[in-house]
Amino acid sequence: MIAGLIRLITGAQARWCGVDPVRPDGTVPPRVYFANHQSNLDAPVIWASLPTELRRQTRPVAARDYWNKGPLRQYLANNVFRCLLIERAKVTVSNNPLRAMEEVLDAGESLIIFPEGTRSMDDEGEMNDFKPGLWHLAKKHPEAELVPVHLENLNRILPKGTVVLIPLLAAVTFGAPIRIEEGEDKPAFLARAKQAVAELNPPEAA
Amino acid sequence: MTAIIATAMPSETAARWLVGGTLIILGVATIIGQILRLRAKSDTAPPDRRRTVANLNARIRAWWIMVAVFASANYFGRTGATILFALISFLALREMLTLTPTRRGDHHTMFWAFFVLIPIQYFLVYIRWYGLFAIFIPVYGQIFLAIRSTLTGDYTRYLERTAKIQWAAFICIYCISHAPALLTLPVYGYGDHPWGLLVWLVIVVQMSDVLQYCWGKLLGRRKIAPHISPNKTWEGFIGGVLTATLLGAALYRITPFNPWQAAIIAFTVAVLGFFGGIVMSAVKRDAGVKDYGNLIEGHGGMMDRIDSLTFAAPVFFHIVRFFFVLPAGG
Repeated sequence: MIAGLIRLITGAQARWCGVDPVRPDGTVPPRVYFANHQSNLDAPVIWASLPTELRRQTRPVAARDYWNKGPLRQYLANNVFRCLLIERAKVTVSNNPLRAMEEVLDAGESLIIFPEGTRSMDDEGEMNDFKPGLWHLAKKHPEAELVPVHLENLNRILPKGTVVLIPLLAAVTFGAPIRIEEGEDKPAFLARAKQAVAELNPPEAA
Repeated sequence: MTAIIATAMPSETAARWLVGGTLIILGVATIIGQILRLRAKSDTAPPDRRRTVANLNARIRAWWIMVAVFASANYFGRTGATILFALISFLALREMLTLTPTRRGDHHTMFWAFFVLIPIQYFLVYIRWYGLFAIFIPVYGQIFLAIRSTLTGDYTRYLERTAKIQWAAFICIYCISHAPALLTLPVYGYGDHPWGLLVWLVIVVQMSDVLQYCWGKLLGRRKIAPHISPNKTWEGFIGGVLTATLLGAALYRITPFNPWQAAIIAFTVAVLGFFGGIVMSAVKRDAGVKDYGNLIEGHGGMMDRIDSLTFAAPVFFHIVRFFFVLPAGG
């Protein structure tokens, strides 16, 4: 129901270009959905635009410092979105975010991550460079599909620095999975991943 | 202003016939659409035709939805209609502003357009405060939106951004609100709610669209504005407007007009409907998209459905208000 509400407010339309929500044989591999980050609504919107059966086994990776404030945020993070809450500030060996993410993939579930690390402030929707977490996940879990996701208009619906939401229409585009190529090094892979998200700009807008 | 008192009393029975007739026509259209679909599927029909048939069926489905929405609004009376059109304004504004590139500085301005201007405008319509709702958006709305956009201190492309939001508010809120405003007019022979006027306007304008499409498909040769709206042809325009005029005249019984008045007014709103459609197409082309959204399947977005109503509604409202309103009430 909350997923329906999110879709209603943001008018989010999911487009699957180059990847099917579910494989033809009905199975879904563990996936890492990686997207551009513009708004606090990003993770809920991606989560809400997944088909129900995928939604149940997909966990957004989110910042503990934000989602642990107040009972409502805690409830949403733990019981609704089933967020995987990670530390941003004090990372130690025992709370290493990557280990928690790997456990999710090991369990056959999927993740939603925002490799930019934080929301980009740019008016034109330019992305920040990707942080290396995606590379490590790809290295250690070659069986996981890395699905680029492009979010459009969420920076206009709920931009950073405001709590006032306006009901424009958002678009969510899922693209063809990428993988680390033979001999590709970290910076090249991260640049290509960023490019994969940027290229998913909806076709009509071009 | 002296009212021209029409000869025929608008009749309840006529309205009932109209509803029944619409349902029958839609039913027949649905059956034909399904037969065409099966045909296009069975033989090795060209994909081109299959697409046309799919488009036709989607249009028919959308008409069912529109009729259902209108019928329920009718059931709930003027309150229902006002809320319905407020909702239509909301969805249209959402589509138009989504297409309009804005900057962060416009965020709160848009918030005001959605959550303050729409409720106030429709509230003014609802309480029949003609003197204020007729100027609210063009005067106070425009002034306010302009001021609000300066408060964030971003002057990049200021005039362009502000004008776009103002224009969207004018088209999507102000123009559309004149449709439910028809129900506030004390028209001769109607009592409190001249429902027939609204139904007549919507039927004439929307059928004019459909008829232009049909005539265009049948005989269309010479394009009117190939760059803006490649499907609009002179043949479709003339045929559609003339048949819509006849249709409007034939339906005079649900209006306060006599057949001649009905024909002239139907012609006027059909022509305005045509221009409303072509102007909204120009906005879409400018933004580089084909449809405003995918709210009603096959009908593009809400804006694609009501584009022809945007110019017709206010002018029709004023025609009725100037010439057909009871002297005591006007």
